[in-house]
Amino acid sequence: MSHDAAHALEHPPTATGLDTRKLAIWTFIGSECLFFASLIATYLVYHARIKSGPGPYPHDAWTAPDGTHFEPIFEIPLVTLGTALLLFSSFFVVLALNGAQKGNRRQLVGWLAATIACGMFFVGMQVYEFTHFVHKGLGFTTNLFSAPFYTLTGFHGTHVTVGVIWLVTMLVLAIRGKVPPAKALNLEMAALYWHFVDVVWIVIFPVVYLMR
Amino acid sequence: MANDTAAPQEHAHPGAGTYIKIALVLFVLTALEVGGYEVVHRGEPAGLAAMLAPIFVEVLLLLSALKFALVAMFYMHLKMDAKLFSTVFVFPLIIAVVVIVALIALFAYNAHVSAPLGG
Repeated sequence: MSHDAAHALEHPPTATGLDTRKLAIWTFIGSECLFFASLIATYLVYHARIKSGPGPYPHDAWTAPDGTHFEPIFEIPLVTLGTALLLFSSFFVVLALNGAQKGNRRQLVGWLAATIACGMFFVGMQVYEFTHFVHKGLGFTTNLFSAPFYTLTGFHGTHVTVGVIWLVTMLVLAIRGKVPPAKALNLEMAALYWHFVDVVWIVIFPVVYLMR
Repeated sequence: MANDTAAPQEHAHPGAGTYIKIALVLFVLTALEVGGYEVVHRGEPAGLAAMLAPIFVEVLLLLSALKFALVAMFYMHLKMDAKLFSTVFVFPLIIAVVVIVALIALFAYNAHVSAPLGG
């Protein structure tokens, strides 16, 4: 039995003519849009009142009544680097998918590894950033900036972590030769999730870090 | 019949050349965002900074929307794939934008109305 025939038996044609697994991941991504929209809306609603509580603040220095001075806490260059790597990781994962569809295992494994490396850097950057902020005195309930900020970026970081785990699984399968062109859709679904994580950050980065 | 209905998803994805061009555009747009931030908030309060500051939020939103659209259309293949995928993605996206705008408007209105009362 050929690969195509086996594939056809495994996934019979659907009423829409589309693979239901791909439709499912798109539906999931659609629902995730609403999830992140609620978090972004909450952040924006409180953004105008971030100085209602004590500092530190993201962009401005602040001196407490007891004389303690807080510098602005955002480190834009580091987050910009993380953003650039996340964008490049989207580019790398489409090249990996391109390799999977052509049956080029070397291209698949190489670009997938590069994608994972970028994702891990991003997660590491966020762990560093959160730790740094807590050491600077910005706890979860410190002011009206901190709670929505940690919730929004923390949920995004969790999504990136899940994406990295998914991609590592795909990498192990690819190394074992279990991602042939007939099963490239398995990687395409992981790639779609990864791109979604990227587009969410495309919105979060300017909204949280660049708007004052 | 089954083959006819299966046709919508059989669109070729773009090649590496297209992906590279999109990556370069995304990189340039991100550089513009961060460059704009540096000019507006750390540059001299005159000249380009003074010109850019009043429209900076709108510029950021525009650049962000452009990057979002490029990734969705080319890297997520919505431009080439079946229209049903676009529908399943874009419909909740529209609701998401409406939710954000509505919530901001509601809180702005609430702040405007309650400010004289509660301070």
